[in-house]
Amino acid sequence: MSEKTTVAITIQGLTKAYKNNKVLRGVNISVQKGSIFALLGSNGAGKTTIVKILSTLIHPDGGSAEVLGLDVVKQAKQVRNHISLTGQFATVDEQLTGKENLLIIGALWHVSDRKEQADKLLEMFQLTNVANKRVSTYSGGMRRRLDIAMGMMGQSSIVFLDEPTTGLDPQSRLAMWNIVKLMSSLGKTVFLTTQYLDEADYLADYIAVLHEGVIIADGTSEELKKTLPQGIIQIQFNNELDLKKAKALLDEYPIRDDKEINTLNIQTDSSAKAFADVLNRINEINIEILKFTPKQPTLEDAFLILIGEKKEDV
Amino acid sequence: MRYSKEGWFLRDSITLFERCIMLAFRSPGAIGLAFIAPASIMAVFVYVFGGALDIGDVSVVDYIVPGVVLLTIGQSAAPISVRFNNDMTKGVIDRFRAMPIAKSSILIGHVTATVLQNVISVAATIGVSLLVGFRPQAGLIDWLMAAGIMLLYIIAIMWLTVFVGLFAKDSEGASSMMTLLGTLPFLSSGFTPTDTMPVALRIFAENQPMTPIINSVRALLLGELLDDRTLQLALFWCVLMIVIFYISALLIYKRRTTK
Ligand SMILES: Nc1ncnc2c1ncn2[C@@H]1O[C@H](COP(=O)(O)OP(=O)(O)OP(=O)(O)O)[C@@H](O)[C@H]1O
Ligand SMILES: [Mg+2]
Repeated sequence: MSEKTTVAITIQGLTKAYKNNKVLRGVNISVQKGSIFALLGSNGAGKTTIVKILSTLIHPDGGSAEVLGLDVVKQAKQVRNHISLTGQFATVDEQLTGKENLLIIGALWHVSDRKEQADKLLEMFQLTNVANKRVSTYSGGMRRRLDIAMGMMGQSSIVFLDEPTTGLDPQSRLAMWNIVKLMSSLGKTVFLTTQYLDEADYLADYIAVLHEGVIIADGTSEELKKTLPQGIIQIQFNNELDLKKAKALLDEYPIRDDKEINTLNIQTDSSAKAFADVLNRINEINIEILKFTPKQPTLEDAFLILIGEKKEDV
Repeated sequence: MRYSKEGWFLRDSITLFERCIMLAFRSPGAIGLAFIAPASIMAVFVYVFGGALDIGDVSVVDYIVPGVVLLTIGQSAAPISVRFNNDMTKGVIDRFRAMPIAKSSILIGHVTATVLQNVISVAATIGVSLLVGFRPQAGLIDWLMAAGIMLLYIIAIMWLTVFVGLFAKDSEGASSMMTLLGTLPFLSSGFTPTDTMPVALRIFAENQPMTPIINSVRALLLGELLDDRTLQLALFWCVLMIVIFYISALLIYKRRTTK
């Protein structure tokens, strides 16, 4: 069999449509065993659809998807033995305690020492002191941690996490990142989805960007950074006239305006020189700057750049 | 390793049954509701309307017990269908389906828990009615037959509950669809004889399934003569409902769990 291969997940030419909505239009992905893989995409990009296909919940229309060399459609039963799914929305039983939630999942995985396993996971996810409290009293972060702990009861080697940090406060988000790193250090292959560039950047060994049904860019975060915009400078003006004047002066920079809030998003190479250049040009014509913010590149910026490149190719 | 084998089907069903029972006993007020609703209805009819009911020489409690039993079953149906609906719409079913467990164990867990829950609340209703003066005249065979009819009714309503849980878009939908079931017993022979009703209501009451079921159970429990036609009608309705709701529930369950 495929004992020696180092690939955990292979997706080839995957397509899926809901009625006329072609969600996936030929997705290709390859995930290395033991790595953290991040699927990056905005709302409605089809991240959950891919996770559901990989975790055997829905069938693709075309193409193929394999988990550990097993076809997710034809060998769904075997696939389920190796995977664990933590969906986009927490699926914990509110009326039961954290520990009870874990024990039920443990029983379904036929884990013989499930009590010990549950205690271990509660400890690892910092839930020991609320283990015997009902989940309805948990915070969002605690709930999400329990949700993921439940996914680990079966000790599956491949873990799917669909937007594990969406809706969490910064502290819980950091805790979740540590958990993902920990999972990886235990040798698991982690397939996660996210809308956040910084999250993919921090966590993932390999990133793929999903947009309009295809992977528009993929690589390690180092590789991607070369493609993605680095130094976005955001400048807000008093009125639209100022904005137009400034925009005309800066026409050699890739630029995007948001007229509703009189704001320009200017893409630079993030060097101090470019920074100074932008400001000097605006100062020369004495336009007042209301607000000036160097911005973290967002996924939106990334898309605009990547899509722009696509169009140029055609 | 933990690879699921065929033989674990039963064990998984039991685990999921236990989960549903835990959820049933934990959900706020579920058990209380199942108790308090029939008890208060019984109190209202016995102590408030009691003198005004024209039901011949039967005591009010004796007369209304079967109606209250059906009411109890109908009222516990709403939270149960909500529970099932939650599992189907909030991703719990997805977690289970991505695990190596049989799809049918999930359904079996819910179904068996529902039946047990209803049997308990019916027993509780009968217990309460005994306290407020219910004096059944039934022999063992009569009791068994009455229990059999009630069980058939429970199973029919259980499949309806599952169907509604699967069919409704969200828990509010599921809950409101089940409200009807909680009021229909009032439009039957459960609380007043149908010949005292206005014509339109009477035609409905006499022909809806609950009336022969209630009349059969009442006759059996009070040791009255039960005519074959009433019993046949009661059984016919139960079996018909079971078949219809079972098939619709399974069809929609299949559709909702394969895509
Ligand atoms: N069961 C369904 N029926 C019809 N359309 C669906 C269904 N599930 C998803 N879609 C559509 O498919 C597209 C992709 O959805 P998907 O949930 O995969 O996106 P996503 O990347 O996970 O988005 P989000 O970040 O909002 O979770 C959306 O346009 C969505 O409306
Ligand atoms: Mg999603």
